[in-house]
Amino acid sequence: MIDVEDVLSIAASWHGAGEQVAIATVTETWGSSPRPAGSRMAVTTSGKMAGSVSGGCIEGAVAETAQQVMASGVPKLLSFGVTNERAWEVGLACGGKVQVFVEPLI
Amino acid sequence: MKNATITALNHAMATRQPVAFAKNLSDGTEFLLPDPHAPEALNEAGRLALAADKSTTHVLGSESWFIEARNPAPRLVLVGAVHIAQALAPLASMSGFEVILIDPRQGFGNQERFPGANLVNDWPDEALNQLKPDMRTAVVTLTHDPKLDDPALDRALHSNAFYIGALGSRKTHAARLERLSALGHQAESLQRIRGPVGLDIGSVTTPEIALSIIAEIVAVRRGGSLGLRVK
Repeated sequence: MIDVEDVLSIAASWHGAGEQVAIATVTETWGSSPRPAGSRMAVTTSGKMAGSVSGGCIEGAVAETAQQVMASGVPKLLSFGVTNERAWEVGLACGGKVQVFVEPLI
Repeated sequence: MKNATITALNHAMATRQPVAFAKNLSDGTEFLLPDPHAPEALNEAGRLALAADKSTTHVLGSESWFIEARNPAPRLVLVGAVHIAQALAPLASMSGFEVILIDPRQGFGNQERFPGANLVNDWPDEALNQLKPDMRTAVVTLTHDPKLDDPALDRALHSNAFYIGALGSRKTHAARLERLSALGHQAESLQRIRGPVGLDIGSVTTPEIALSIIAEIVAVRRGGSLGLRVK
């Protein structure tokens, strides 16, 4: 995926500077979702962030999981979905779902 | 993900090698495909992902693998280092295209006017013979000068370029088609040339024209409805 930011290179440069880095990757999408599979976000323990895995709705939760993954060293597969009822409630018609893999950069 | 994998992915991108990144979603194992050490089923999934240019999760046996197609960036070849190219080149590169700028006139095609650009100061037909436009290449002529535009369009029509556009009014374009037809191009082949170039968004300014051109290229590449021209 070509993106505005070269997230992997940014992650590698943070890693090279001695930071602990986690990488989150969209691995699958269903229905209408804002970012395609292969979209990435990088997070450091110091709180730096680059890239995105959604239109902004799940980045907070992913960043939180990234901190746990960096602490434990164990990757995690996350699923996010908007149920139809919830979609109606918040005014989103999409009802999209995404799966995000969060792993440490080693 | 391993740091060494990022280095390898960047190297593949810089050398325009298509690779598929495979990640085991249970234990985190990763491969850059094709890899003789990877299971054959995984290599096959990598080939299919690259052919479809699509990244997604596959179930192989009892394991889930994320397979990411990383094809070389699409290329946009611009003929004419003119004013519109100054707006179009950055817009295209932000949209993920590798931009190559051809202009034998060094007064136009120079680093001062296009800092950091990939500039080729050869005649367009020679330059395009070298570049060999493929199915991931778009060619757009911008000079309005038949001496430069015509040989470029002639070469582009002989290639597999997925998009061919020529800047100029309807009148200019009609005259251009006559000249190209005299070179032996059939009407069906000439229909590949988008002229006037770009989506009809009522562009007036240079950046607006650049936007209409990149929008049409994206529409054609992604199969969007605006990419179809009804004659």
